[in-house]
Amino acid sequence: MSVQVKYRIGKSIAFQGLTILLSVLCVVPLIFILVYIIKAGVTKINWNFLTNLPKPVGETGGGIKNALLGSVEVIALSTIIAVPVGILCGIYLSEYKQSKLAYWTRLSVDILQGVPSIVIGIIAYFWIVKPMGHFSAISGSIALAIMMLPIVVRSTEETLLLLPDSLREAGYALGMPFHRVVLKVIIPCGFSGILSGVMLSVARITGETAPLLFTAFGNPYLSFDIGQPMQTLPLIIFNYATSPYNDWHDLAWGASCILLLWVLLLNILTKVISAKWKVQL
Amino acid sequence: MESTIVKAVNYNSYFGANHVVKDVNIEIPKNAAIAVMGPSGCGKTTFLRGINRMHELIPGATAKGQILLNGTDVMEMHPIFVRLKIGMVFQRPNPFPNLSIYDNVIAGYKLNGISLPKSERDRIVEHSLSRVALWGEVKDSLTKKGTFLSGGQQQRLCIARAVAMEPEVLLFDEPTSALDPISTSKVEELFHELKKNYTLIIVTHNMQQAARVSDKTAFFYMGELVEFDDTKNMFTNPKDTRTQNYITGRFS
Amino acid sequence: MILNEEALTQRVVSNDIGISVKKEGRNRRSVRHIRAEGVFKKLIFFVAFGMVVMILGILVTLVVQSSLSIKSTGLSFLWGKVWDPVRDIFGVYPFLVGTILTSFLALVISIPFSFAVALFLGEYYPKGWVPTLLKDTVELIAAVPSVIYGFWGLAVMVPIVRKFEAAIGVQTTGVGIFASSLILAIMIIPYSASLGRSMVQMVPGNLKEAAYSLGATRWEVIKSVVLPYTKSGLFAGVMLSLGRALGETMAVTMVIGNTAKLPESIFAPGNTMASVIANEFTEADHPVYLSALIELGLVLFLVTVVINMIGKRLVKGFSK
Repeated sequence: MSVQVKYRIGKSIAFQGLTILLSVLCVVPLIFILVYIIKAGVTKINWNFLTNLPKPVGETGGGIKNALLGSVEVIALSTIIAVPVGILCGIYLSEYKQSKLAYWTRLSVDILQGVPSIVIGIIAYFWIVKPMGHFSAISGSIALAIMMLPIVVRSTEETLLLLPDSLREAGYALGMPFHRVVLKVIIPCGFSGILSGVMLSVARITGETAPLLFTAFGNPYLSFDIGQPMQTLPLIIFNYATSPYNDWHDLAWGASCILLLWVLLLNILTKVISAKWKVQL
Repeated sequence: MESTIVKAVNYNSYFGANHVVKDVNIEIPKNAAIAVMGPSGCGKTTFLRGINRMHELIPGATAKGQILLNGTDVMEMHPIFVRLKIGMVFQRPNPFPNLSIYDNVIAGYKLNGISLPKSERDRIVEHSLSRVALWGEVKDSLTKKGTFLSGGQQQRLCIARAVAMEPEVLLFDEPTSALDPISTSKVEELFHELKKNYTLIIVTHNMQQAARVSDKTAFFYMGELVEFDDTKNMFTNPKDTRTQNYITGRFS
Repeated sequence: MILNEEALTQRVVSNDIGISVKKEGRNRRSVRHIRAEGVFKKLIFFVAFGMVVMILGILVTLVVQSSLSIKSTGLSFLWGKVWDPVRDIFGVYPFLVGTILTSFLALVISIPFSFAVALFLGEYYPKGWVPTLLKDTVELIAAVPSVIYGFWGLAVMVPIVRKFEAAIGVQTTGVGIFASSLILAIMIIPYSASLGRSMVQMVPGNLKEAAYSLGATRWEVIKSVVLPYTKSGLFAGVMLSLGRALGETMAVTMVIGNTAKLPESIFAPGNTMASVIANEFTEADHPVYLSALIELGLVLFLVTVVINMIGKRLVKGFSK
């Protein structure tokens, strides 16, 4: 082989090596973060941590009960709001894919997906908080629901578009009305795709903090009232992490660890469920 | 002579500006097997889909003229009623992939929210599957998904699904074009049984099939109904030269 | 599949001639179905329509709420170098610079990594358990909440950055533009990596084979076939990453230092549009102040929408 060919081959191998090196390096910070947070957080987690309310600086033994329950409530509320709306919108987009409205709706959903979460927070503030006169859990839920929508709509639309037209025709030919074809044939056949979209959207909003800053706002006490301010995990992490007290940092590590595990679990569950419930066409 | 069940009067259909079916007039008698044949793109499938108003489901599709079912224009009826009375079987078997064989047969009831007592459901399933000669083959695996069956069995399952609704007319859109020869002959045998109770309208691009299964044959060419006659006459003594050319294989 | 207009407005006439008693029950149900069908169609129409209304509503809300600030500060809002709410002087130039600096720096840092992942998964090793693991791991990067990145950055990364700054002899605040860019770089890798991967996989095999048959090495095939073919797709991925970086709030807020001064270097503390809003929104004690923050939100909204739309258009153009 000539020197030139050897040089070219060497260059090719070098580039491949560089690609592999950089790809592997990508994973390093993530593993670093995961390990660090789990290490720093796991030791803080115990029964008291989960079941106590936060305590003032200086007192030990505070917990995150209010944030934990608050997060569950806020997220459940947003899911209840966003999922039906998102699925119905996805149905419209897939069933009337060529209509003018579908074009504008698709554009709107695309735009919505790119809106920074802090802007969604501002919007929820003016739409809900200001008319109500005070911060509230429901305003936070609505902000998060708005953030969920694009993911739910898009995954529903894409799942339904993949289903063959012959399925719809089979339904229509049996005298089924449009809504029954959609609800009894199309949706069940695309169920796993829609479900994984919903779970991904839940995973995404679970850690969202910015839209909650001026909606759910946070609350040092336990509250289940959706009309009142509510503490959530991301908010408590933000507040404690940026505080100057070591005790609070410890609480924040514990809360981070729980939030992280929660989000990772949701992501893994999504993968498992979408594979398991898939309808064989 | 039997009475007419489906009648088309000056029926035209379009895809946007594309004129696909042109001025079709036809009277289809009750309890007979009618074959609709013609080269591909001649409008036979479009005409068939016009009968139970499946045509209009395609965006941009429109139709003019009348299709009369027992004397009533189907365009005056809601599509749901039309399709309950006129069943349809498609080119490719399309059982519901999320339902069992059992549920596929009663899908027309189940998915329409019509609740029946268990004994009635069992009766319909057994009866419908027997009609399509599938009962013996699947009676032990009724809870399996319909998509586990072979292509030919799936197609017969789809026929059973249509039959279960007790329609008056059954439309077949090239029902055997996706099947192997053995499955095809099984489906063809069914036609002889089914036409005792139903009116069958079978679109086919296969002349031999038309000759084998039908009492009367309609020949479509370039969107027009060229000829409609008893199958025997059509194949032995075609009146139109275009029919003649088609039968003798001079264009395809 | 849609039922056309004609079907929607169809008069319902049921023809019951020759229908047995059993079927009449079925027909009554069908009449109910027809009504429900109409309701359902209207429902999904209004939901889809609502989506458009919502976007317009967001825009209108931002414009209306920031009108006070737009009127009182005018164009000096964008070019003004001083942000002093106490004296009602609102110039967001330092935040614009902070936002652009952090986002672009983050892009520059992340691009080699995300393109490497795209090539690794799309070209070199599309199958096998190692690539699957890599793909899942990179996707997990996007799943970690930004507040956790921020916390980790503050507690772990900032001290390291401070040591690094001391070593190279620049100001040693730790927090600042540079630290934010590093955190952002990690966070945006998955966006361009996963899009890039699917683009690289779409390169037709016969194009690559043509190049191989001429004796090209793998690197030459990548350079002369894969990269030119996927150029617009890779660029789209970069745009989507940029949109994400511009709007990112929490992680940046926690490590950027939050100062309204114009950053003197990339190691200086600064602030971004998103983090100013996050920090000062609940403290804005008079109408002009709040309105100025919302105008900042409006600018952020418009910029990210434009960037995202460019990215999305490119992706769509590529898939066709």
